[in-house]
Amino acid sequence: MSPSVPLQEMIRAIRSARTQCEERGVIQRECAAIRAQFRQSDNGGRSHNLAKLLYVHMLGYPAHFGQMECVRMIASPRYSEKRVGYLGAMMLLDEKQDASLLITNSIKNDLSHSNQYVQSLALCTLACMGSAEMCRDLAPEIDRLLQSSNSYIKKKAALCAVHIVRKVQDLGELFVPAARSLLSEKNHGVLHGAVVLITQLCERNPETLKRFRKVCLVWFFLQTVPDLVQIMKGLIISGYSPEHDVSGISDPFLQVRILRLLRILGRNSESASDAMNDLLAQVATNTDSTKTVGNAVLYETVLTVLDIKSESGLRVLAVNILGRFLLNSDRNIRYIAMTSLQKIVGTDHNAVQRHRGTIVDCLKDQDASVKRRALELSLALVSASNIRSMIKELLLFLSSCPPELKAQATSGIFIAAERYAPSKRWHIDTILHVLTTAGGDVRDETVPNLIHLITSASELHCYTVHKLYRALLTDISQQSLVQVACWCIGEYGDLLLKGECQETEPVQVSEDDVLDALETVLQSHMSSSATRGFALTATMKLSTRITDNVDRIRSIVSIYGSCIDVELQQRAVEYNALFKKYDHMRAAVLERMPLIEKNNSGNANGEATRETLTETNSSRTAQEERVPPPPQQQPAKQTYDLLDLLGGASEPLQQSPAAQTLPIITSSSAGGDLLDLLGGLEPTPGPVTPAPSATVYEKDGVTLTLSCEQQSDSSLAVTLTATNASQSDISGFTLQAAVPKSVQLNMNAPSRDSLPAQGAAQLTQLVMLNNPNKVNLKMRIRISYTRQGSAFQDMVQVDSLPGLGAAGHT
Amino acid sequence: MMRFLLLFSRQGKLRLQKWFTPITEREKKKIIRDMTTLVLARQPRSCNFLQWKDLKIIYKRYASLYFCLAVENQENELLALEVIHRYVELLDKYFGNVCELDIIFNFEKAYFILDEFLMGGEIQETSKQMVNRSIEASDMLQEVRCTGTNAHPDLNHTRSIVISHVVFICLFAGVGILKRLGFWCFTKQ
Repeated sequence: MSPSVPLQEMIRAIRSARTQCEERGVIQRECAAIRAQFRQSDNGGRSHNLAKLLYVHMLGYPAHFGQMECVRMIASPRYSEKRVGYLGAMMLLDEKQDASLLITNSIKNDLSHSNQYVQSLALCTLACMGSAEMCRDLAPEIDRLLQSSNSYIKKKAALCAVHIVRKVQDLGELFVPAARSLLSEKNHGVLHGAVVLITQLCERNPETLKRFRKVCLVWFFLQTVPDLVQIMKGLIISGYSPEHDVSGISDPFLQVRILRLLRILGRNSESASDAMNDLLAQVATNTDSTKTVGNAVLYETVLTVLDIKSESGLRVLAVNILGRFLLNSDRNIRYIAMTSLQKIVGTDHNAVQRHRGTIVDCLKDQDASVKRRALELSLALVSASNIRSMIKELLLFLSSCPPELKAQATSGIFIAAERYAPSKRWHIDTILHVLTTAGGDVRDETVPNLIHLITSASELHCYTVHKLYRALLTDISQQSLVQVACWCIGEYGDLLLKGECQETEPVQVSEDDVLDALETVLQSHMSSSATRGFALTATMKLSTRITDNVDRIRSIVSIYGSCIDVELQQRAVEYNALFKKYDHMRAAVLERMPLIEKNNSGNANGEATRETLTETNSSRTAQEERVPPPPQQQPAKQTYDLLDLLGGASEPLQQSPAAQTLPIITSSSAGGDLLDLLGGLEPTPGPVTPAPSATVYEKDGVTLTLSCEQQSDSSLAVTLTATNASQSDISGFTLQAAVPKSVQLNMNAPSRDSLPAQGAAQLTQLVMLNNPNKVNLKMRIRISYTRQGSAFQDMVQVDSLPGLGAAGHT
Repeated sequence: MMRFLLLFSRQGKLRLQKWFTPITEREKKKIIRDMTTLVLARQPRSCNFLQWKDLKIIYKRYASLYFCLAVENQENELLALEVIHRYVELLDKYFGNVCELDIIFNFEKAYFILDEFLMGGEIQETSKQMVNRSIEASDMLQEVRCTGTNAHPDLNHTRSIVISHVVFICLFAGVGILKRLGFWCFTKQ
């Protein structure tokens, strides 16, 4: 057994190790020695062995074998060993370790020790790592100590009580009387502890309070407001007290805590807020703000004033203090000023607007934290009157902005521009500017939003397409910009080729130039697959807008007919078909698009597919309400039919050049209830006439019959009836149905959801089917129910529906 | 409430860690890594406040040590700066012109001082003198109660203070006795 070295020797040895390997060697030797020492019985060097172990632990090496030694040392009668033992307990044991329960008894004994320093060790350890059980056990002890005469112990007991209340909320009631009486102490340490305890009691979690049906203690502690005001006044007015003075402020720590407690008490109480008004005004005006301490107290005062029901003069004073902070040369002060202004920008908007200039200047600050705060605050300050200058500043900021703030900045600029744009042209310019500077960090919805904006600004088509064309020529790396540019060139290519434009300098663009540009996009490896799709479609659209190079377009399109990318291949093949077989339809299909209705439910079809609408007015704004479709007129595409087991997932693009419609969602299903097959649209009432029915499912006494009735040329009413002939009741009976892709399904609510035994009652459910394409109607039905506590599920396929004469098998 | 206090050197070596909430060892290691990377990457004259997850981080550099304190969102950051400063002052008073080596070789003392100043994530004692007095008294208690030849080998200077005090007292006592003897001699004569 190697002799153990003193602690400092060991530290020196570890520090002088030149490599990690050497250090590990030293530590392993030491740990072995320590373990051997632990196994020996009591010797004088136990405390410094544990200290060595704690040092090793701090370096990051495992030290769990010291846990039991900590427990033993805490129980030792020697103070030096207790001290190190408790330190070890705080470092090595936490409430998740089993060994922590073993020290509960030692702590209990030490809490009643005759020596106050031993008591303080126990209190400190309990406050640091006391688990909920330990807290429950020892709470009465702590309460007793709160009433002792020793102020040293009292202050520690108060903070221990704070920890107990945090861990076990319902023990708070135990400490209420003691907390109240502690406020009359003179000792600052005890006062501070008392204020913290009362704050903790008032801040208790409201859900926990509701659960234990306890009352919120804020009303109880409102009676302490005059005392707190008195104490604060004493601190401010009193002369120099050497014990608590920090740069001229008397006990700033206590002042700040009292201000925080006053904030909590005055938050919802008019009378309490009135009682504090004078005091807060006094603190705000008298506190010296040249040093950080003074500013800390002022800051807390400002937060309190803004949070309670203060009078307006006081609020103005508070905002002015924040304004002064903004001009302070110290970055920290500016940072916290902006943080506080952020909190009140909603309520005191005008007051904050006065400082807009300074805030915008902070955007140019070197420091990343200050920049972030300035950005958030600037975005909140944008309004209709200052939109132009603010966006100018923000765009400037965007060009030199740190990458982690780019996404936030772009989305903020877009939202602000959308809300307050003074003119469409300005709006488009702004979006284009953002796309060119930070196109990689914009959200996906930007492309359809921008396209919608462009189409609605019909007088600016010429200007827009020229600008976008120029942008495309300079840089094709920003995907969103390229996508929009391609789309515009496709749509308004004729305006581009005409060359004349009032708003920008005219530039002569030939058809070859345009096709070259689009081909570059198609062939560039920087373009994503979606971008290529845009470019191909744009090329196709140009075939009706240009006159000379239609053959070139045909060749481009046919090349992509064998592209590896399936999406592009499909498009190219369809366009080829459009050239070959449907040339007579080409002009009509590729003509200028009408105004797109903005679908606000975040339709995932972000690409500008060719979509036409029902009759829309051209003056629709982006935030219009959705119109419920007339029932049988509009075959709405079932993009949300996830249980479509007979056709796979639906593709995002339309299959054929035939016009497809946008799914117009009614407000009832706007929540995106994708799996709601039991009642999406309003149920159309249909009389259930007796119709030929067939039994489609029969098992375990559960029978399902199906009967159909043709309502009109393409719609069908199917009635499902379920009965239970078995001996036991069935509950939670649900039916789900799936149909082929082009058929629409609409399930009404079932008549009941439980089936009592022996056919006492039956369940009916009406299903409306709409089959415009007259495909073979098949249906797959999933049945699920619970019987005698166990769940059951089954599926049945119906290949031919009874009552449909013409429907045959495939 | 404060969540944790970390002290680390410019090279990222941890010198002191105090956790005020129960966290697993793994989490602790991760937090230490995150903190050292975040704080050491900051520019020299930048703001002392950071936002990290849902906590505010206040850090300050004193000589070769970074003091990093994490507080909850409703705390006052400027006051947290003052807390760090107060702790440094306490260390300075105790060790006399404290430097990083003092904290390395006497880390348990640094913890004891911290435990007299902060407790359960809150400030315990707002008066510097009170904290110093408590530390000195605990140290003296430790010395007095230390029995056997294997006494604490790490000499702290309070021990030397005690010894020097005792010597002084003996001297004074001796002088007093001599004086009295002299007086007696005088009067006797």
